[in-house]
Amino acid sequence: MEKKLSESAHAALALVWFFVALYMIFLFAPREETMGEVQRIFYIHVPSAITAFTAYFVVAVGSILYLAKRKPFWDELAHSAAEVGFIFCSCVLVTGPLWAKPVWGIWWTWDMRLTSTFILWLLFISYLMLRSYLVNPARAATLSAVVGVIGAADVIFDYMSIRWFRTQHPQPVVLGGPGSGLDPRMLATLLVSLGAFLCLFTFLMRLRVGLARSQRELETLRRELAPPETGA
Amino acid sequence: MHQARIIWTVFAKDVRVEWRNRETLALMCVFGLLLVFLFNFTLETTHEEALRTLPVVLWVTFAFVGVLGFNRSFAAERENSCLEGMMLTPADPGAIYLGKMLANFLFLAVAELVVVIAASLWYNFSFVPPLRWFLLTAFLGTLGYVAVGTIFGAIAANTRMREVMLPVLQFPVAVPIFVGAIEATNGVLRGAPPSEFANWLKLLASFSVVFVVLSYLLFEYVLEE
Repeated sequence: MEKKLSESAHAALALVWFFVALYMIFLFAPREETMGEVQRIFYIHVPSAITAFTAYFVVAVGSILYLAKRKPFWDELAHSAAEVGFIFCSCVLVTGPLWAKPVWGIWWTWDMRLTSTFILWLLFISYLMLRSYLVNPARAATLSAVVGVIGAADVIFDYMSIRWFRTQHPQPVVLGGPGSGLDPRMLATLLVSLGAFLCLFTFLMRLRVGLARSQRELETLRRELAPPETGA
Repeated sequence: MHQARIIWTVFAKDVRVEWRNRETLALMCVFGLLLVFLFNFTLETTHEEALRTLPVVLWVTFAFVGVLGFNRSFAAERENSCLEGMMLTPADPGAIYLGKMLANFLFLAVAELVVVIAASLWYNFSFVPPLRWFLLTAFLGTLGYVAVGTIFGAIAANTRMREVMLPVLQFPVAVPIFVGAIEATNGVLRGAPPSEFANWLKLLASFSVVFVVLSYLLFEYVLEE
């Protein structure tokens, strides 16, 4: 009961925080000089990206700890983070081109960050697809943990290779945006928005991990109650 | 010493099986020829363009040809429950992985040789002047790709539609290999000084080492049932 209460409090917190963030994004943050109003998507885009990479970090940690400790919780954590992270990563890939088109004049370029985000999105997809295509679901936890660990090691190499690739081929478009001289009000908006996204992320994770735990308990009960001859 | 014997036994078994039916290797070579033919025929490149597209053509072909081999590698083990048999032996799973990996490496290398000879002929391009560096690049790129492909082949063997599942699992992870190998091959074939592409070779080498070691350590989790 108490847990349920704090869960709804968590949801309310995320909701209120998002309203504050929206207020700051549209009314508090100053209008960007060169890019204009469209730059406000920055406050959605960047927090989603940070959340997506955080989610993959959780997948990696969950996978390593599952292989080390064999507690179902770590697998449920990794699986949940992959599902939630996939949503945020998709959000980055949708808001990115929407911002790029009016500012850069193109929807997409194989810039370092775009490429590594796209590969991250593919890693989320392959992790989730593996889980849904397994013949024997009992092996899902171990096999996807292996894929999670390999994917985490791969992100480092992706980053290196893409960075060198880019430095050898300078990009035609340059983002003049938020670098050195970020207005303090912009920074505040970004941080509040990031907080809102992380609050939503932890809330979704909590729901998803809880769901996974209920599923596991249901499976256990079903197995205990099933008559032995109809076993599986 | 004991480890080396297990690795050798698994490797020799795979080579012997392949030598007796020659099914997978023949398929890999023919598929490779087909791809190079399609690329060469449809791109209709001049010599300068060929230099630019050849690395891409080669590595995309190697990638697709490799998938055939990795799929077969563990599908064959599943068919007659050979995998269970191997797991019943006290052999270290990591050693089984290295044996399978070496066999996959050999098969892919043979198919690559056929592809390169065909490409040399159709592109009218001599691989002899840059041969030393080209061999090193091909060796490192193939090693990294096979390291990843062998463990993902074993994982994909557990899924429905495993032939389709393998590239979906493996290609995103193999991106650094392809970027590195294509960039290095580009420099090698242009006859650029080694300092220009040395970084890419280092990337390929470190990728190979990291993923061979990682897969060696993780393979026991893939095999356990």
